[in-house]
Amino acid sequence: MERLPAFELRRASSLAEAIGWLAGTPGARAIAGGTDLVPNLRDGLGSPPVLVDLSGIAGLDALVAGDDGVRIGANVTLARLASDAALAQALPAVVQAAASIAAPGHRSVATVGGNLCVDTRCVYYNQSEWWRRSNDYCLKHGGDTCHVAPHGERCHAAYAGDLAPALIVCGARVEIAGPDGTRGIAIEDLYRDDGRAHLALGPGELVAGVVVPVQPPRARSAYRKARARGAIDFPLAGVAVRLSADAGRVASLAVGLTGTNSRPLRLAGTDAWSGRAIDEALLADLGKAVQKQVSPMRTTLTQANWRRQVAAVAAQRLVRELAEAIA
Amino acid sequence: MGKRLVSLVVNGRLREEAVGDATLLLDFLREQLGLTGTKRGCDGGECGACTVLVDDAPRLACLTLVARCEGARVETIESQSAGGRMSALQAAFHEKLGTQCGFCTPGMIMAAEALLRGDPAPDEVAIREALGGNLCRCTGYVKIIEAVQAAAGVGTPGDAPRRADATQATR
Ligand SMILES: Cc1cc2nc3c(=O)[nH]c(=O)nc-3n(C[C@H](O)[C@H](O)[C@H](O)COP(=O)(O)OP(=O)(O)OC[C@H]3O[C@@H](n4cnc5c(N)ncnc54)[C@H](O)[C@@H]3O)c2cc1C
Ligand code: SF4
Ligand code: FES
Ligand code: FES
Repeated sequence: MERLPAFELRRASSLAEAIGWLAGTPGARAIAGGTDLVPNLRDGLGSPPVLVDLSGIAGLDALVAGDDGVRIGANVTLARLASDAALAQALPAVVQAAASIAAPGHRSVATVGGNLCVDTRCVYYNQSEWWRRSNDYCLKHGGDTCHVAPHGERCHAAYAGDLAPALIVCGARVEIAGPDGTRGIAIEDLYRDDGRAHLALGPGELVAGVVVPVQPPRARSAYRKARARGAIDFPLAGVAVRLSADAGRVASLAVGLTGTNSRPLRLAGTDAWSGRAIDEALLADLGKAVQKQVSPMRTTLTQANWRRQVAAVAAQRLVRELAEAIA
Repeated sequence: MGKRLVSLVVNGRLREEAVGDATLLLDFLREQLGLTGTKRGCDGGECGACTVLVDDAPRLACLTLVARCEGARVETIESQSAGGRMSALQAAFHEKLGTQCGFCTPGMIMAAEALLRGDPAPDEVAIREALGGNLCRCTGYVKIIEAVQAAAGVGTPGDAPRRADATQATR
């Protein structure tokens, strides 16, 4: 009756216990909500001997707002994040992103940690075992050729988590707990541009939580994604923007992108636009910068170039709308 | 691999069962308990046919390891009728033709049940949002939404935007 490959499930009661099991058992994987991991295991994408269940770790689901910002524990569910009225005021992009992830039946268990660490995706990868076998597998799992870029050496599977770009524009830091203690890094540094190994986590390391600083006064943020199924789907391109403006001029602008590369991105170069008028010329430069920095590949049924264009247009629209809301 | 004992309450009845670590709640319900009302559609989290309630929240049984349901309260479509009488939702799906082939119906009703517990008078946007993960190949959804509205005793479709999409809003 088992439809999943056999594994031993270990319920960790503390982070230290989870880290010990993960570091000490080759191939062991963490499971939080399981809404990404379980379907992947069903598809034969990995057969970990041990799954370390994080859901019983005391305190990992704390969501605490303090003077210096908000700390969101890794086990906070997306349903909780999406329905938090105070957060919707303070961090609209993050709450909008959470509300856009999958459907209520997923969000009730899906976690912040699991969403940040969600696997990269590709039409040649998110398929059943027999489908992939009939196609000689691929570089990311079980094969030696990438069907998207056959002459390349790397996997271009797209990172398509929705929370990361929203947290990037809000300046979040991620707390990582591991065998050598705890470290904090900017959230964009959690990722690498490699579809096969997109997380910069060492053996046994886990995301413990995210810390989002207090947002600058008069800053506003929003998130928008393009997807194939309007009610429930990963982003083909997802864009978060945080803008603060003064008298129609940019005070600060941050743009985060997902779905277009093997990692979520912070758009480079926006600092240089401080002081510029928010006009068509700025939006044109923004569109060009987005089109230049994203690199969607043929990893979805939707054309890569459409994803590039839609990322640029979504960024432009968000900036325009946020500027109007601030004015 | 190993089996373990879990105790959980299924449709009001305490169960103590030996389950495998890798056993999915869907297989446990259908094959171990014989509760075949919960349907296997896509078997990968895409269609909502396997929606059940776990501690009042909607959950996809095909993505849930039963070994992690220790102490949980699980409700399936079989819990809806009482004493041979249909629940309000079941009756409304019947009367409003919210069900055709019926395959999506248990999941639709359980997703709607989860919604109505938290929001007894939902608007159309909230209904569309709550059923967003549930696919139906037959009805075209309009009759399903009407059925949920009838069960809740609220409005008629058409007086709200066609699609709930919080992500399109700029705050
Ligand atoms: C139909 C469907 C639609 C979906 N749509 C979307 C969508 O629109 N947007 C989106 O972003 N996602 C989507 N998802 C994917 C998934 O539901 C979400 O990304 C979810 O947030 C994953 O969280 P989880 O807790 O369930 O993760 P899990 O499945 O438990 O874990 C995911 C990965 O993260 C690792 N992990 C978990 N917790 C930690 C931690 N604390 N530290 C380090 N590693 C960890 C796990 O080992 C695993 O590799 C969808 C899934 C399905 C089935
Ligand atoms: S980008 Fe290439 S290697 Fe990566 S999953 Fe797709 S086909 Fe496989
Ligand atoms: S069978 Fe569970 S979502 Fe389709
Ligand atoms: S009634 Fe047939 S799938 Fe919905």
